[in-house]
Amino acid sequence: MAKITLKNIAHRYAPNSDYALKPINHVWDDGAAYALLGPSGCGKTTLLNIISGLLTPSEGNVLFDDQNITDRNTAERNIAQVFQFPVVYDTMSVRDNLAFPLKNRGHDTAYINDRITEISRVIGVEDILFQKAQGLSADIKQKISLGRGLVREDVNAILFDEPLTVIDPHMKWQLRTELKALHKNLGHTMIYVTHDQTEALTFADKVVVMSMGEVVQIGTPKELFEIPAHTFVGYFIGSPGMNVLPTIIDGNKAMIGQHKIVLNRDYKGLKGKLELGIRPEFVTLTNNPQDLPVKINRVEDVGHYKIVRATLNGHDINIILKEETEISGDMNYVSFDKSHTNIYADDWLVTP
Amino acid sequence: MKINKSALVMSLYILFLMLPIYWLINMSLKTNQEILSTFSLWPNDLTFDNYLVIFTDASWYGGYLNSITYVVMNTIISVTVALPAAYAFSRYRFMGDKHLFFWLLTNRMAPPAVFALPFFQLYSSVGLFDTHIAVALAHTLFNVPLAVWILEGFMRGVPKEIDETAYIDGYGFFTFFRKIFMPLIASGIGVAAFFCFMFSWVELLLSRTLTSVDAKSIAATMTRTVSASGLDWGVLAAAGVLTIIPGALVIYFVRNHIAKGFALGRV
Amino acid sequence: MKKTINQKAWFMVLPVLILVAFSAVIPLMTVVNYSVQDTFGNNEFFWVGLEWFEEVLHSERIHDALGRQALFTIIILTIEIPLGIFVALHMPKRSGLWSSLCLVLVALPLLIPWNVVGTIWQIFGRVDIGLLGYMLDQMGIDYNYTQNSFAAWCTIIVMDVWHWTSLVVLLCYAGLKSIPDAYYQAAKIDQASRWAVFRYIELPKMKGVLLIAILLRFMDSFMIYTEPFVVTGGGPGNATTFLSIDLVKMAIGQFDLGPAAAFSLIYFLVILLVSWVFYTVMVHSDTKDMS
Repeated sequence: MAKITLKNIAHRYAPNSDYALKPINHVWDDGAAYALLGPSGCGKTTLLNIISGLLTPSEGNVLFDDQNITDRNTAERNIAQVFQFPVVYDTMSVRDNLAFPLKNRGHDTAYINDRITEISRVIGVEDILFQKAQGLSADIKQKISLGRGLVREDVNAILFDEPLTVIDPHMKWQLRTELKALHKNLGHTMIYVTHDQTEALTFADKVVVMSMGEVVQIGTPKELFEIPAHTFVGYFIGSPGMNVLPTIIDGNKAMIGQHKIVLNRDYKGLKGKLELGIRPEFVTLTNNPQDLPVKINRVEDVGHYKIVRATLNGHDINIILKEETEISGDMNYVSFDKSHTNIYADDWLVTP
Repeated sequence: MKINKSALVMSLYILFLMLPIYWLINMSLKTNQEILSTFSLWPNDLTFDNYLVIFTDASWYGGYLNSITYVVMNTIISVTVALPAAYAFSRYRFMGDKHLFFWLLTNRMAPPAVFALPFFQLYSSVGLFDTHIAVALAHTLFNVPLAVWILEGFMRGVPKEIDETAYIDGYGFFTFFRKIFMPLIASGIGVAAFFCFMFSWVELLLSRTLTSVDAKSIAATMTRTVSASGLDWGVLAAAGVLTIIPGALVIYFVRNHIAKGFALGRV
Repeated sequence: MKKTINQKAWFMVLPVLILVAFSAVIPLMTVVNYSVQDTFGNNEFFWVGLEWFEEVLHSERIHDALGRQALFTIIILTIEIPLGIFVALHMPKRSGLWSSLCLVLVALPLLIPWNVVGTIWQIFGRVDIGLLGYMLDQMGIDYNYTQNSFAAWCTIIVMDVWHWTSLVVLLCYAGLKSIPDAYYQAAKIDQASRWAVFRYIELPKMKGVLLIAILLRFMDSFMIYTEPFVVTGGGPGNATTFLSIDLVKMAIGQFDLGPAAAFSLIYFLVILLVSWVFYTVMVHSDTKDMS
């Protein structure tokens, strides 16, 4: 297990082309579980391949425990990877699959047997050890490819590249829980690439959100939710995403159209495109004419809560209400929770 | 390092493939006198006379025209009849479908030598001997099963929902097949046509048995010339070079689809 | 895909059936007809039962041809299959100019009319005017494929390797291209050796196409006629008289219709039998992959 440091890492697939991955500096703590979250094409797989050594970055260095390993190949980096589609050696038995990485590294039989006994218990394949890997279901195959990583005690990190893509929905949840438990028990550094926010938020201690080749925020699920560092994070995480409204700021007041909102601190010297971000969860529907007037378009009942789709000063706004909340005809106003109202300049959060 | 090794292997293999062909081209550009008297790696006395002979002598260029005629006829017939059959095999289950499919394939396994004599008698008795259509029909023996096999593979890759959606949208079967289904399997049709073309083009035994004068194929012309005049090596080489060209052109145009056809494991 | 049961589908198969009936069934019936009759010409035939079959089965001439045929097929399979796999492993993986060039040049021999293949090697191997023959002769090797049986065999085998290895290459290449990159990456992570990558990733994925390659090469080499006919005419002596050459000699050369027909049927059955075994194995492995 190791701490992984990315020093000024950046990548272009061809010289003079655009960055596929814009420069990034980050330290991945030893033993933590990270998720790399972003839509397809945001550069998350590029970043993962740079860490695993399948791709050499065009700029910067990768350090494992302060050792520069930028030029080392995948095998020397001692990492494990679980791919989008299950990769197992079809003609081998489950047991031989698990033994394969150890045999290739020249370990003795006694040690291999010990490791297989342990890992097959951990991933729950003791019963099918001598079955051929061909013909097993996708989730078991995925477990086996994870097991091939786990059998090596000295792996620096385990990387997951959208590992649940081909798994049935009901198995997805179960596998994710198992992964989480595995992480708790074994304490490997894990990096999990996904475009699914639920997967990312439930799996990871810290989520790295990427957009257009750039890391836009690294934080705990709570931080991503409450103080998105970028409007993209606000949109991408949460369902529905954060409301983003164009605004004009004057000291501690924000103007939305003709309406004034009092913020909980002063802002000075703001430049660029200014926007106010507030999550639907922190918007309250009221009947107080002092608040901001909205026009309610429709109400969606999604089970444990209601989503109100409304228009505020010509912009769409979503409001989330508890299921039991009654909506009366005069509730045509909204108020914002001051402590969860964020201001963005050119899409980036304005911090004190 | 690794790339260089691959390039080396490929270069050596391609060298092995190209040397005999180069030698044929080399000979086709020499005079008979040079071929027989001196041994040279390239023509000392470059001449196109051998090609001129072929382009001016009707018995030579006629051979090419005859070959192309029956090959094209065969390709059209094979693909046309194979299309509905392949569709049936890929979409429906019916009595005896599996046996029928295997039986069709067995025709691909029939040695042409077995059929040479019966074909000769059959086509003579119906008055088709020495016609283009006779050879085209004879070649359907191995090309139709092949075309059905290839097309069935491609059709199986088209989801059935597409058919159903089209019927719901009010398309009749024929409009659907022509307007929607055929474009979807266009590369399959291309691959099937390619292989029909290829196997009909390269075959000698049946085409030689079923023709004598009017529809004589280039392959037959070449073998007969060898036995008759025997020694006109330059013209023979030039004729050989000219038979390679259509194939080379066809491969060049379909090279991207071929990989796909092979990928289906259907040849 | 679930197929619906529809007996009307027979109508769609009908054109193929009629055509194949005309070009396969009727000729085959003629063959069967001849195989059980004898003639003295003048279209007078009389029933001889299985006499011809017995004669063919006991004919030393045909035994010899069959032996030569089997030996030839085994030799070319043991050369072409491994060589084809080896070359396929070195085909350029990234598409580009070099890969297109390789593809076109590798496929070229397959598109040359078989008699021209024969002609090419007939010329190429001649001591007086062919590059190969001339070189061998200059090196002091006694090489003459028209007189020396061994030289004739070598020429025909090299010719077949030249002609058909590309088919194996292209099939295997297609199989290799269908392997997702993740497999190679996983193998790197597992520190698998080059051999292990071949044995556990590439070979299993090529299994399907390899079976087809072996099947096709078996069938086509077992039916080989044109190329040896052009190069050696079956000689010297009977050294390269394979089954098809012998059959044509018998049927068209000597007009021994009865024995030739019986011979044809046995010949066809042998190919069918072996191919059927292959087909069963293929279908079997196919259904196993599906589950």
